Amino acid sequence: MDKLQIGIYFEALIEWLTNNLEPVFEGLRTGILALIEGFEAFLLFIPSYVLIAILVVLAWKIAGKSIAIFTAVGLLLIDLMWLWPQTMQTLSLVLTSTVIALLMGIPLGIWMSQHDVVDNVTRPILDFMQTMPAFVYLIPAVIFFDLGEVPGAVATVIFAMPPVVRLTNLGIRQVPEDVIEAARSYGATRKQMLIRVQLPLAMSTILAGVNQTIMLALSMVVISAMIGAGGLGEEVLRGVTQMEIGKGFEGGIAVVILAMVLDRITQSLGNTGKTK
Amino acid sequence: MEKIKVKNVFKIFGPNPQKIIPLIEKGKSKEEILKETGHGVGVNNANFAVEQGEIFVVMGLSGSGKSTLIRCLNRLIEPTAGEILIDGENIVGCDKDTLLQIRRKKMAMVFQNFALFPHYTVGENVAYGLEVQGEDLETRHKKAYEALELVGLKGYEESYPDQLSGGMQQRVGLARALATDPDILLMDEAFSALDPLIRKEMQDELLVLQARMQKTIIFITHDLDEALKLGDRIAIMKDGVIVQIGTPEEILTHPADDYVRDFVQDVNRVKVLTASAIMKKPDAVVSRKDGNKVAIRKMQEAGISSIFVTDKERHIRGIITIDDAMALLKKGEHSFESIINTEVPTTSPDTSIVDLLPIAVDTKYPIVVVDDDKKMLGIIVRVSVLSGILGEEE
Repeated sequence: MDKLQIGIYFEALIEWLTNNLEPVFEGLRTGILALIEGFEAFLLFIPSYVLIAILVVLAWKIAGKSIAIFTAVGLLLIDLMWLWPQTMQTLSLVLTSTVIALLMGIPLGIWMSQHDVVDNVTRPILDFMQTMPAFVYLIPAVIFFDLGEVPGAVATVIFAMPPVVRLTNLGIRQVPEDVIEAARSYGATRKQMLIRVQLPLAMSTILAGVNQTIMLALSMVVISAMIGAGGLGEEVLRGVTQMEIGKGFEGGIAVVILAMVLDRITQSLGNTGKTK
Repeated sequence: MEKIKVKNVFKIFGPNPQKIIPLIEKGKSKEEILKETGHGVGVNNANFAVEQGEIFVVMGLSGSGKSTLIRCLNRLIEPTAGEILIDGENIVGCDKDTLLQIRRKKMAMVFQNFALFPHYTVGENVAYGLEVQGEDLETRHKKAYEALELVGLKGYEESYPDQLSGGMQQRVGLARALATDPDILLMDEAFSALDPLIRKEMQDELLVLQARMQKTIIFITHDLDEALKLGDRIAIMKDGVIVQIGTPEEILTHPADDYVRDFVQDVNRVKVLTASAIMKKPDAVVSRKDGNKVAIRKMQEAGISSIFVTDKERHIRGIITIDDAMALLKKGEHSFESIINTEVPTTSPDTSIVDLLPIAVDTKYPIVVVDDDKKMLGIIVRVSVLSGILGEEE
């Protein structure tokens, strides 16, 4: 029997998309790029020590004293390693990807929670997005969006979106049945139920999903750098490819610090949501 | 005036419920249908009418279909067949908007496990029905405040449900139902999750409120004592079928079949009336660290001649009498440690009244009802043992 070549259909699909939907991709590219550059310009406009101070205060308010101290020490270390601009570049990419992932993911999760059919259809797609090796869609992304930060952001969105979709869906479905029943018995419409009962009670779970999405977005930093997304990923990549072990290590440390700061702060956000 | 009329209502659970009704009409039992078709019969041909201002109790064991039946009344569960008339209007098959309006204005429900919104304050919980109706904030505040006052929870507006005890939470549940001023209250095992004493208290209060408000109440319970106490009329359900409807007297004196007779028999026998049914809250207790003077003042205030001593966790430690305490006072001692009589008659909450009799005869103090950890649940004054045997309430 001949080899079954599914691959050629995929190639044909990519080619068709490239030929026919170019204006769409061009529009998306412009939009995403504007977002990334906007974040970047804003983050680099503020002097590093001012931004560090702001983040420390934020960490203090949301996550407490020890996290605030860690934030201060960690971010100062990044600044002293002269990796601040790269870190802000990476942060811009992470923020952009996260914002897009949340804007699409949370509504999708809500939709899934309301209809079992949507749930059943979406689940395998999410599995696909999470487990398909990123390199496979990295190349089409480059074809659609050229090299640079934009295909990096797109690949990151694909990889990082599933957790917030799943956890939004789960959080809403986990709202106790008796509370739902009570709301229904008082004549709540579906919309009233969603906004005033289901979403508030699902909030801590949804925030856990947001946290997961941010973490996954950060984990794509190095892979995105391979297609020219820049930032800390580029540092690490250069370290690896040019055998500059020390440089790669510095970039890696900066990624870890950024990840831990973002993780601890967003995690506390979810926990404070839980108490009330 | 008939407020609610239920005509030939069926509820079948399963993929093809309509096909099952002919089988039921042919006389197949619930078990046979489950075995042969995999369908569950929730409610089997329910027929009854409830008058305006009546408390109609639906009683049955778990699985008898009573909770399904009450949910058909506001269509939280869609009946498979039949008519449900509210003020003469059939709500089965009415459109969505009409149903919403009926749920908002005409009925309100109180749930077994309270089902309060954990993210809302007590005040917001109570105002929920009004919020759904789109009332403005001022009206919501005012009506929620009134409803909370009605159930004795004034001042708890800003608390959260998890800060309240079970009894208080169910008061909130009741206030939430009363806030929209509905004609009909649906109470699904509303007091079943509460401690016996709190439960009795809530039953009494419901009757007081009802005397004032004259709502139409459908009350679901599995507890015959509760049914007899609250119900103007009682419907007894078994396997989805209403086997008898009647006043408490009719049910007690003319049970329709063996199933009902079994229930009722238990009531007539003093044996099943237990300590927990006739116990009451002690008028006063003193804690060990209180002084003699406090004990005397408490006894004088409550008008009693002896007082129980408990520790912080309400474990019973003994009893002191007013005479001993006064003698101690003359001697000028502050601690009553020396006069505590530890020989206090105790009993468990499920001791039957018959078994309490010998204890009551032997002691000159009230009998203390304690749980397995010797924690004080309530006391039984000796007189109430006798009145319990004679079948007199309180």
